[in-house]
Amino acid sequence: MTIAADERVARVGLARRLLIRPELGAVVGLVVVFSFFAAQSPVFRSPSGIANWLDPAATLGIMAVAVALLMIGGEFDLSAGVLTGTSGLILVTLATRFGFNVWLAMLAGLVVALGVGLANGLIVTRTRLPSFIVTLGTFLMLQGVNLGVTKAITGTVQVSGLRTASGFEGASALLAGTVEVGGTSFRVAILWWILVTAVATWVLMRSKAGNWIFAVGGDEQAARAVGVPAARTKIALFMTTAFAAWLVGSILALRYTSVQANIGIGQEFIYIIAAVIGGCLLTGGYGSAIGAAIGAVIFGMADKGIVFLGWDADWFKFFLGAMLLLATLANRLVRRYAEEVRH
Amino acid sequence: MILETRGIGKRFGSVLALRDVSMGVRAGEVTCVLGDNGAGKSTLIKILAGVHQHDAGTLLVDGREVRLTGPRDALDRGIATVYQDLAMIPLMSVWRNFFLGSEPRKGLAFDVARARRVAREELKAMGIDIRDVDQPVGTLSGGERQSVAIARAVHFGARVLILDEPTSALGVKQAGVVLRYIARARDRGLGVVFITHNPHHAYPVGDRFLLLNRGAGMGEYGKADITPQELTSLMSGGAELEELAHELRRE
Ligand SMILES: Nc1ncnc2c1ncn2[C@@H]1O[C@H](COP(=O)(O)OP(=O)(O)O)[C@@H](O)[C@H]1O
Ligand SMILES: [Mg+2]
Repeated sequence: MTIAADERVARVGLARRLLIRPELGAVVGLVVVFSFFAAQSPVFRSPSGIANWLDPAATLGIMAVAVALLMIGGEFDLSAGVLTGTSGLILVTLATRFGFNVWLAMLAGLVVALGVGLANGLIVTRTRLPSFIVTLGTFLMLQGVNLGVTKAITGTVQVSGLRTASGFEGASALLAGTVEVGGTSFRVAILWWILVTAVATWVLMRSKAGNWIFAVGGDEQAARAVGVPAARTKIALFMTTAFAAWLVGSILALRYTSVQANIGIGQEFIYIIAAVIGGCLLTGGYGSAIGAAIGAVIFGMADKGIVFLGWDADWFKFFLGAMLLLATLANRLVRRYAEEVRH
Repeated sequence: MILETRGIGKRFGSVLALRDVSMGVRAGEVTCVLGDNGAGKSTLIKILAGVHQHDAGTLLVDGREVRLTGPRDALDRGIATVYQDLAMIPLMSVWRNFFLGSEPRKGLAFDVARARRVAREELKAMGIDIRDVDQPVGTLSGGERQSVAIARAVHFGARVLILDEPTSALGVKQAGVVLRYIARARDRGLGVVFITHNPHHAYPVGDRFLLLNRGAGMGEYGKADITPQELTSLMSGGAELEELAHELRRE
């Protein structure tokens, strides 16, 4: 009798520790990947090396965190990658071809991005179609618009010349500048990424909206039954992803002062993969913002680490696939356990 | 009487799901609704819960005739219903589920500390032994989940608690646990409507028993007026049971 009771408590203790931390797998991955590259490459572990691999982690991380929230809410957004391109193109085109101030051009990009997010959210919640299909549609449409409009305006597949636009200096310092820490310069995007992760974590863990996000992803019917505004929650999540796409699109446009019309295509899956490595379930209702941020760091490390080791960059794809498989297997165990009913 | 029906009826198209059913629920009492599958039990409680509107007879809350406009209306009048499928999110913790849709606030934030504490206290007050309110609801047993749903209804100010077959999917021991919480809710002054097709679950906890057969009320009995044997035989149709016993004996 007492033995049975003790065993029961032990099982719950272990499960609790695993389940309360969806980012557990990502942390393990982070340590393994860091150790692997750091052991072989002194540059990788030097401050300037760290600044180097934190940079791609930051821009990917901002997106991965927003996509993680959306996935916890039970939806996907395949248009998120292309939307970074759309936002950047609007910024550069308006500022260089139509004489807009950079700040105003950014605002216009924000309005359009939020509009796309709203449209995604409305279509998904009204029609109950899978968001995978709906946003695949928006993805293709945006891809066509990005190329079509850019070609029509410039005659080429890129817009450039943002450096000379009015307001560029300030906007660039805010979003695309660098900060000195101990003699090493880090991209300011890293700070934005940390801020986005902190806000997302607070919303998820410490706000009413966070409770609703978990609920609509876990069981939308049940959430509705207790009065959760499921449609509003999901629309807000699509708009959050769109906001992140605008932020990243603006950061990249200001950094390179030009935008390719095909930028962001293919990135949508990288965001999802980073979120899954961070502990998000593809089926929704479970995951973490910090986990997604860590998933992005693992990417940044692998992306740059492979270069530091002098390997062919093609190995990055192999690494990506392996990480995704491992993470999905780990997540499935979590879900099985969490949904198992004890009689 | 907090809740009362007089000659209530409901039809779905040509199907007469419920006719001429009279019953009452008092504070601090358990009214059991018994009947075989398809007898109309769920239809009756859906009328009480505001999901369906009755189309014959009268429904009274606190002695006044009402027409419930929906589940929210019923809830606002203190009538809470725990359905078999419970409306809980398996991957979310007990305390998050407990307050889902009615989260306590502290400024802009969800008052997480208070939610945890109140959930723990409410479960304890109901005598529910949940080892840890942080564990996901999916790891609870069926009986524990029913108990949490009951505690949640009590906490959010229910005066009448309607339970649709809370014990039917449970083993003997788990059913006993749920029956104990029904008694506990009753002792806290709630009127309980307990739907079941098992007279052995109904008799120990019930104060009055409404029997339904093919949509018609077969009378409401006080506990003093009926023995468990009579209840069982009434429920399964006394003659049918005798016939069955006879049939089984020959084999
Ligand atoms: N929404 C509905 N539409 C049509 N018929 C219904 C509906 N709900 C219940 N019924 C019918 O009413 C009768 C009583 O059903 P129900 O109240 O669910 O019985 P119980 O819960 O006692 O098993 C059944 O014959 C059922 O088919
Ligand atoms: Mg039923």
